[in-house]
Amino acid sequence: MINVTFVSADGTRRSVEIDEGLSAREAALFNSVPGIDGDCGGVCACATCHVHVDQAWMDRVGPPEEGGMESDLIQFAEGTTETSRLACQIPMVPELDGLVLHLPELQH
Amino acid sequence: MATSATQEKVHYDSVDAIPLGEINVANPYLFQNDTVGEYFTRLRREDPVHYCAESRFGPYWSVTKFNDIMAVDTNHKVFSSEAKLGGIAVQDMHGIEGALELEMFIAMDQPKHDQQRKAVSPVVAPSNLLLLEPIIRERAGAILDSLPVGEEIDWVKLVSVELTTMTLATIFDFPWDERAKLTRWSDITTASPETGIVESFEQRREELIQCAMYFKGLWDQRIDQPGGNDLISMMAHSPATRDMPFLEFLGNLLLLIVGGNDTTRNSISGGVLALNQNPGEYQKLRDNPALVSSMIPEIIRWQTPLTHMRRTALEDAEIGGKQIKKGDKVVMWYLSGNRDETVIDRADKFIIDRENPRHHLSFGFGIHRCMGNRLAELQLRIIWEEILKRFRFVEVVGEPERLLSNLVRGITRLPVKLHAH
Repeated sequence: MINVTFVSADGTRRSVEIDEGLSAREAALFNSVPGIDGDCGGVCACATCHVHVDQAWMDRVGPPEEGGMESDLIQFAEGTTETSRLACQIPMVPELDGLVLHLPELQH
Repeated sequence: MATSATQEKVHYDSVDAIPLGEINVANPYLFQNDTVGEYFTRLRREDPVHYCAESRFGPYWSVTKFNDIMAVDTNHKVFSSEAKLGGIAVQDMHGIEGALELEMFIAMDQPKHDQQRKAVSPVVAPSNLLLLEPIIRERAGAILDSLPVGEEIDWVKLVSVELTTMTLATIFDFPWDERAKLTRWSDITTASPETGIVESFEQRREELIQCAMYFKGLWDQRIDQPGGNDLISMMAHSPATRDMPFLEFLGNLLLLIVGGNDTTRNSISGGVLALNQNPGEYQKLRDNPALVSSMIPEIIRWQTPLTHMRRTALEDAEIGGKQIKKGDKVVMWYLSGNRDETVIDRADKFIIDRENPRHHLSFGFGIHRCMGNRLAELQLRIIWEEILKRFRFVEVVGEPERLLSNLVRGITRLPVKLHAH
């Protein structure tokens, strides 16, 4: 199991466990963490699972691939920063155990 | 409108009797008489990526299953939206004599699409909508309070059109007394002469030029007043849009007018119809008004206000095992994908408390996904919350009339009677 903490826009922290191999989107949805819609089903097609990766974890998570679908979609989300990622594109691997993700106020 | 006058009249006794090769789901009459669903059911079963070799729209592929549609919609590098290649509807955008060659970002590829979309997207971003919500709610309440109880009225004219037009006027900060102009411009943008909405493409052209001149006037006023958060001010001040050529300016405005008008209008009407056809669901809603939040995406799936989007293949490709050639016209039928029982549980049923109601195709997916999705949901949520406060039953008391269009799934008339609590 991988541990992920979601910090909502009002500062509420929710720590959840998820099976290795699933994604951060599923970590939120399967544990009823509010703030992630994930309309497309987790296939990088809608940008409704936008999150800000905590600065301390950015090195390990990394930016979205340049010119890829994730960057193409993130540019239309609201309030994006250089730590913006789509949660469906963050795979739950052992190196990310303890990951902290910040949720935007609303998903566009 | 009589269908017998058209050469595309259906000659067979049943859909199953038609040779596959003769099926032409883009025939607009199939949408007007609401029989196209039977054709899509057959295609999903027998030939989910179907080639129609001959139609008045030329040859085209129909993609009818959810996952195949998703694959095309998210592959914008191969499947182009470019207007010059034909654009985004089965009817080519360009090349009709007398039509205006509009340019809009929905019918552009990267990188220009991205720049223009980014410029106008903030006006319909969720945080801006929070500011609009109280105004929309107040105006929606006023519309509903003005309706007579117990008399037959046309829901489309008195509620659906009114509500979406006033929302659009709010977003554009459009002169309030002239807001009916927005409805007219929205109607003519997607209309062809056979609909009766315009007499000819020349007439449509004339009216759209008047529309452009009107907006040019508003633009000129606002370009000197920085800071406005209405759409026209945003476009006038954004570096990505302020130097736009005339036809691009007009095209993008009309895109926002149609995008924010016809679609939500028809979902408002379609929701009333669906609840009447499914009284058990209506009762669930009365018993638990909190179900509005899951009902709204279900209404949008059920109505599928835009039946399709079209792409043009930039290179040879494969979809669902079929070989698509460079230059082929590929139509993603969202209306069909939204009834795909292999992806959506009991897809042919209207169910207001689905577990995963947002997983539908009505907004499209990928970089061209609907930009105003949250505004559409907001308007629908507000109108249903306000309806439930006021009326026990919005009763449909006559047959709905549907629009002659293979693109906009429209209800043009819906007679109802209101029953108070």
